[in-house]
Amino acid sequence: MEKRLFIKGNEALAVGAIKAGCRYYFGYPITPQNDIPEYLSRNLAKVEGCFIQAESEVASINMLLGASAAGARAMTSSSSPGISLMQEGISYLAGSELPAVIVNITRSGPGLGGISASQGDYFQATRGGGHGDYRTIVLAPHSVQEMHDLTLLAFELADKYRNPVVILGDAVLGQMQETMIDRAYHPMELPPKDWILTGAAGRKPRLIKSLYLKEGEMERHNWKLFEKYQRMKGEEVRYEISQEEDARLMVVAFGTAARVSKTAIRLARAEGLKVGHFRPITLFPFPEQALLQLSKRVKRFLSIEMNTGQMVEDVKLSVAGDAEVHFYGHPPGSPPIPEELLEAIKKVY
Amino acid sequence: MKQVFKRPQSLKDVPFHFCPGCNHGTIHRLVAEAIDHFNLCERTIGVAGVGCSVFIYEYFDIDVAEAPHGRAPAVATGLKRVLRDRIIFTYQGDGDLASIGMSEIVHTANRGENITVIFVNNTVYGMTGGQMAPTTLLGQQTTTSPYGRDLLQDGYPIRMAEMLATLEGTSFSARVALNSPANLMKAKKAVRRAFEIQTNDLGFSFVEFLSSCPTNWGMNAIRANERVEKELIPYFPLGTFKERKGSDYL
Amino acid sequence: MGKIIVNRERCKACALCTIACPKKLILFSQEANSQGFYPAELSLEEECTGCALCAEACPDVAIEVWR
Repeated sequence: MEKRLFIKGNEALAVGAIKAGCRYYFGYPITPQNDIPEYLSRNLAKVEGCFIQAESEVASINMLLGASAAGARAMTSSSSPGISLMQEGISYLAGSELPAVIVNITRSGPGLGGISASQGDYFQATRGGGHGDYRTIVLAPHSVQEMHDLTLLAFELADKYRNPVVILGDAVLGQMQETMIDRAYHPMELPPKDWILTGAAGRKPRLIKSLYLKEGEMERHNWKLFEKYQRMKGEEVRYEISQEEDARLMVVAFGTAARVSKTAIRLARAEGLKVGHFRPITLFPFPEQALLQLSKRVKRFLSIEMNTGQMVEDVKLSVAGDAEVHFYGHPPGSPPIPEELLEAIKKVY
Repeated sequence: MKQVFKRPQSLKDVPFHFCPGCNHGTIHRLVAEAIDHFNLCERTIGVAGVGCSVFIYEYFDIDVAEAPHGRAPAVATGLKRVLRDRIIFTYQGDGDLASIGMSEIVHTANRGENITVIFVNNTVYGMTGGQMAPTTLLGQQTTTSPYGRDLLQDGYPIRMAEMLATLEGTSFSARVALNSPANLMKAKKAVRRAFEIQTNDLGFSFVEFLSSCPTNWGMNAIRANERVEKELIPYFPLGTFKERKGSDYL
Repeated sequence: MGKIIVNRERCKACALCTIACPKKLILFSQEANSQGFYPAELSLEEECTGCALCAEACPDVAIEVWR
């Protein structure tokens, strides 16, 4: 009988991080994610890890760069405005091909915004956010269990691809408490880190950089990164799909919006409406193929988001004109309620 | 006759791309000499800033990480926390360290991170073509202070070595110059002492080099050297502003 | 009794060695190197004491010294 924990989302994520072997955390306080640094400040020391409350998010992402270059599993966490500050560092991590886990417990924006949950950072997470031609894998949990499980996955994918991975949570997921199974960690087989900086004893010196000035180098490097992102698209897509066999309308939602829309769909089904649910778990790579396949049979999609329209663009691109794509947005201030989403479903059914 | 001067082992035998008379080459050599003196080459990792200093990986025969502009002390912190028994140093110019990187250097020193920072102060932004720096002197003309740095508009130049010396976390802070053989010898001692502090786990060490930038000062190397003596040293005095002798802070 | 050898190809003729030498023994060659610089060279080998101040001052590590 596996141990069960009744735990907050933010803390479940931190539990997962330590379980995955993360021993270095660098971060700066910001609502609504402070439980993560607070938990790690208590518990990293117990496993001989290192916790630094850095002077800013800018410093945090750069300390992460250093620790990753030294071969350690390391992470940072923040919320929307702090993630904005980290964009330069994330670009450098991607360009230098360094593994890293960056957690965004999204709050509302733009600007100082508010502390309630939103999904307004979808573009920031999936479209780069920082400068240059790069992508980060983006994992979107929708439960306390996933806050834990996807963190284990995040460290593995970061190491597998030598790339930053973003965990895109939100204030609701971070603050809610649910039961979770404290499942064991079964690490995947990964190649040895033969590129890390440890001091060039008995070997040629190594270099971690993102600067490419020589003729043809920058182009080659960009295509190399592109190939990596193509591999991610081929191997790492994850999503959850339910009640699609007889569906006339598919709701597409992630994170907290997905939770609430699942309830709305239960209500809809009780009234005889044939509605299915499609939940992307990886926002990059986006499950475009799965949606395209679905659009051969189902001709109506409704993207439900806690913003004014971001993921809906990817849904439209995926179905490539083969189906109608509608949007219902509930920007932050409060999460949507099932009754409201039921109305939205009925409007386009 | 025996050879009494040659290139240090940890400095690669390749031509420097720096301008004629630029002190970067000399500073690279002094750092390499200190690394070799303590036999640290195989366990040293350098962190490059952004500016003319970015190319340390071409010249030092060691592992190097490239940091975003100003962030080298934070990157060095990450490296040192993971690799506690390796020697970590940053190599930064005055824009990198004293402008965009001011937060990172102050907090890294304040935390007493056991790293060494080599700060090359030439009172201008070199790589980008000679703009004003936080250390540009009053009245000095640069491409972004064409009428000369004005106290009321731009404030005074910042004295980093003294400022960092006020922090408890700093174990060694010195300012040196290379304009004369006597000053060069003192500079050598200071760099050596800075690395010695790190090898003995005594905390944060910092050496500020007053340096020439002949190209952006619009003068030849000899005149640039004179400028260091006549204009820089009076405002940025040479000396050791803090030196911890033992673990007296613990 | 000393001697210096200047790596002609590395020298950028910055002249810092010429002011470092306490006996002012260094001048510039009449022949340019492949970069177009006229490299430094020792004028009177018998006068050189091998003090190495020129080498210390050289930003290009272009001078080796014997004593």
